[in-house]
Amino acid sequence: MHGFANPTRFLSIARPLTPVLLWLGLALVAVSLYMGLFTTPADRLMGETVRILYVHVPAAWLGMAGWTSIAIASVVELVWRHPLAAIAARASALPGAFFAALCLITGSIWAKPTWGAWWVWDGRLTSMLVLFFLYLAYIALARESQSEAAAGRTGASRIAAIFGIVGAVNIPIINRSVVWWNSQHQPASITMGNSAIDPAFLWPLGIAVLGFSFIFGALVLMRMRTMLAEIRIEGRLRRKAMEA
Amino acid sequence: MTVKAKHQRLTLILLAFVALLAAVLLAAYALRDQASYFYAPSDIAAKNVEVDRAIRLGGMVRRGSIAQAADGVTVNFIVEDGKGSVPVTYRGITPDLFVEGSGVVAEGRMNANGIFVADNLLAKHDENYMPRELEDMNLDEIKQQAESTVTQ
Repeated sequence: MHGFANPTRFLSIARPLTPVLLWLGLALVAVSLYMGLFTTPADRLMGETVRILYVHVPAAWLGMAGWTSIAIASVVELVWRHPLAAIAARASALPGAFFAALCLITGSIWAKPTWGAWWVWDGRLTSMLVLFFLYLAYIALARESQSEAAAGRTGASRIAAIFGIVGAVNIPIINRSVVWWNSQHQPASITMGNSAIDPAFLWPLGIAVLGFSFIFGALVLMRMRTMLAEIRIEGRLRRKAMEA
Repeated sequence: MTVKAKHQRLTLILLAFVALLAAVLLAAYALRDQASYFYAPSDIAAKNVEVDRAIRLGGMVRRGSIAQAADGVTVNFIVEDGKGSVPVTYRGITPDLFVEGSGVVAEGRMNANGIFVADNLLAKHDENYMPRELEDMNLDEIKQQAESTVTQ
């Protein structure tokens, strides 16, 4: 595992993996959205609006998976002091925030025709909104710690990592919110080995989740490569300035 | 035996996270009632909800209970949760998903006669997603339908 922490070895794997993930993800999303929009039937109660499912569920999953990656990478950063882990955590923040926002927006559009309200302050919706705000705070904190590090003050990066771990307590809260409290949002449709979703909807949903996850992975790899390139450029410029 | 620094850090982080999680779980447990979005019909009886206090009532609409009043805009129905039931009256347009046997969240207050007067209705969707064609079939019929469409 420590071998992958070497940026050069990481880049030699990430470089060919990025386009594979990206194109595979785009293809799967295209297939699932075509199935979701045109070939699957309407729901018995919700009618055509059920088609939002194929974007809403992957977005919710990736919004939570994004923060879970931040938390895991932050633990690795703090315990093993791998610089690549800090980069991985920062690279996951923006895509995660994007999908959390997408989940909130599609959920709101779905809620109006289904429940009769754009927004309600129940446990599930509120904890998901908190997750989105946590992302914004993390992004601001990570950016601040970067400029601190550039100014030569180390240790600032650890504050972002600690925040990433602390914020992870919100993930089980989002997951359990519909069980602990009476809520407007319905409980989970897919639990261990059981699905309350008809197979006609479940197949395109599974493909969509897989496709969006691949795109998410490709975005994170792209951002990590960009950050590594920026660090190299800075190092090179500094060396040049010393020589001159 | 010397303890490696990284193992010490790992233990500390895990301990801190477990402590934090326990604190949050305790807080969530204490919040149980306050963080609930609505009262269930059985809660209304058990918790002595005050008359004329703004609350939300959530449950299933009892089958056969929806009755349109003579004025044409008032609906009366019964919300139940298996352990209790509360009669509700609402004046206004009901949401599309408001049907008998499905979930509803009503905003309003209890009156002195034990009737819940709703100002607003929200439909609640359950966790089941099913195409329209399969709605009235039971599991065996769905299986039969699926088998009949498979070509040998």
